Amino acid sequence: MTLCLLFVVVPAVAGLLAFVLRSAPARRALLVLAALAHTGLTVWAWVTRPAVAPDAWLGLDATALWFLTITSVLFLAASVYAIGYLRRDAVTRANEDEDEDEPDDESFFQPVPEAIFCGCLLLFLAAMTLTIMSRHFGLLWVAMEATTLASAPLIYFHRTPRSLEATWKYLLICSVGIALALLGTFFLAASAGAGTDLTLDALTRHAARLDPRWLKAALLLLLVGYGTKMGLAPLHAWLPDAHSEAPSVVSALLSGTLLNAAWVGVLRLHQLCVAAGLGAFSRDLLVLFGLTSLAVAAMFIIGQRDYKRLLAYSSVEHMGLLALGMGLGGAAVTGSLLHAAGHSLAKGLLFLTAGNLLAAFRSKKVADVRGALTVTPASGALWLVGLFAITGAPPFVTFVSELMIARTAFAGGRWVVAALYLVLLAVVFIGMAAIFLRMALGAPSKDRRKPEARLAWWPPLVLAVLAAALGLCWPAPLAGLLREAAATLGGGP
Amino acid sequence: MMEALVHLLMVFLILANLRLLGGTRLNVCIVTVAAQGAALGLLPIMLHPFSMTLHALIVAAAAVVLKGWLFPRLLKRALRDAGVEREVAPYVGFTPSMLFGVLALGLGALLARKLPLPAPDSSPLLVPVALATMLTGLFLIVARRQALMQVVGYLALENGIFAFGAVVMKEAPLLVEMGILLDIFVAVFVMGIMVFHISREFDHTDTERLSELKDWTP
Repeated sequence: MTLCLLFVVVPAVAGLLAFVLRSAPARRALLVLAALAHTGLTVWAWVTRPAVAPDAWLGLDATALWFLTITSVLFLAASVYAIGYLRRDAVTRANEDEDEDEPDDESFFQPVPEAIFCGCLLLFLAAMTLTIMSRHFGLLWVAMEATTLASAPLIYFHRTPRSLEATWKYLLICSVGIALALLGTFFLAASAGAGTDLTLDALTRHAARLDPRWLKAALLLLLVGYGTKMGLAPLHAWLPDAHSEAPSVVSALLSGTLLNAAWVGVLRLHQLCVAAGLGAFSRDLLVLFGLTSLAVAAMFIIGQRDYKRLLAYSSVEHMGLLALGMGLGGAAVTGSLLHAAGHSLAKGLLFLTAGNLLAAFRSKKVADVRGALTVTPASGALWLVGLFAITGAPPFVTFVSELMIARTAFAGGRWVVAALYLVLLAVVFIGMAAIFLRMALGAPSKDRRKPEARLAWWPPLVLAVLAAALGLCWPAPLAGLLREAAATLGGGP
Repeated sequence: MMEALVHLLMVFLILANLRLLGGTRLNVCIVTVAAQGAALGLLPIMLHPFSMTLHALIVAAAAVVLKGWLFPRLLKRALRDAGVEREVAPYVGFTPSMLFGVLALGLGALLARKLPLPAPDSSPLLVPVALATMLTGLFLIVARRQALMQVVGYLALENGIFAFGAVVMKEAPLLVEMGILLDIFVAVFVMGIMVFHISREFDHTDTERLSELKDWTP
């Protein structure tokens, strides 16, 4: 319990501190230090594996620890990258300020942008950690809404009309979605009747007594609410806009960690449904949402003109894969859990690299980026590696997880699902490869090599190595953890 | 006695919904949704007058202060600082909107019959009215152009959910209830800031013109 609290308190306090710190280097150091502390705590949790107290509100069971690890690793990589990004950004801003003679001193909520950025980033981490660890459905809701609120200012960091539009859509769509999830939480309370606590343990214990009508309605509402946050089609309207307009560090975190946190919310509910004997109902819903997301994403990936939007739609696709794997049950549950890590690592790598390309080519349009391998060799190579990591080519971990999902679909005799799954994956691969290769290869319009800062390509490289390593070998503790998590989620060998 | 009060409150909620749907001035809508929220804050006390605990009193007081006083202040400040349109700009006209309000009430009654509460000790009007208020909020979000009216719609949605929650969550732990209120507060706060930025950036708060971002541009 103390460990759980530390996980939330450390980034939260650091975040509040970042708001008041005056010196920029100190603020950046604080960001990385807090990220390091978070990773350190995660390692400590792996070593000690604290047991979950019965009826506790916070706890680190296998599922929580798995997703927490993904979040922590990705946040650390992003925070190191953010230092380089903020340095670059500070220079650009200083240049712009010289041109602008109108002083921007209207003080309506207008402190230093970078302080807001670092502070919100850390509060965002605290909120996500709380979401992942929470075992009480009310607390889960509160934490989930907190992630929306902490990340909205991050998307609006550049203060352009386009980012404003994206932020407004994000806030409104996610808040309405989350409001429906709150209604779903109340429905859950109604199904349990008076006197039952809304903790996962208490509800699981009384699973047989839950009113199935209210529970089904609650499942639908919560799935719509948290599914909006997670970007499952057709509830993904906010996602491409927010991911493409946010700074690349933030896009990486939104895609690699926030979507996962929302997915944990859905998983908690799925866990309850499995316990209450409604596993088949929630599985069917997950398969339906999964296939819809795959289809919608494939449609928008082909011929996409904006490469950050392309990555955003790829996130929709992968969230669909997570839902599909969970919905198929059996070994696909382990596949789905593993895929969450594969997607986060690969998407983090891609969004951070996209940030480098954006800085070098000054455009998000696919058509404006040619010969990235020549202009920015490190980022160009990483971009190609990312293509293989995200589309599930060996040796990356996504290959293993996608294969596990496909095998379960075939073994279960779900031929239609399996066929659709494979066809859509192929379509996405072709769509993405065409665009990625065109961007990386080819003759650049201006064949000048641009210098790349070391901080800009180290973090994505580390993520790429991790994604490949995880595909090649699973250490025993990891396999054990995944087995343990899958067992609670209706999975099998 | 208390039962009569609860019924009176329900009637007030319905009237507030209709006023929101038919309101032509932003100011009026902000005040209406605030009054609705403040009245709802008292609902838990009215429902269980004899088993009043300190915890329920704190939640009620927090709800009344936040929804009845702080929210309208924040929104009015955003309206003043934004300094543009004060008239509500609808996609769907005011008369059809009012008709929708009546329809929503009927729909709420229908749904409430399908899903009977496990503990039917409260007013039979409560669930239909709560559902109708939620539908009103959702309708306002899609049928009004201004960003500020969408925030008002969001608040109405929350009010409806709060009304439903008051029936079900009799013994919800204080921490969660306060967390919910706090989250809603921050949401309105952040939205208020965004409304201000939208108006400064574009000289209007018309969300119809927030349509730069899309996939297929001809």
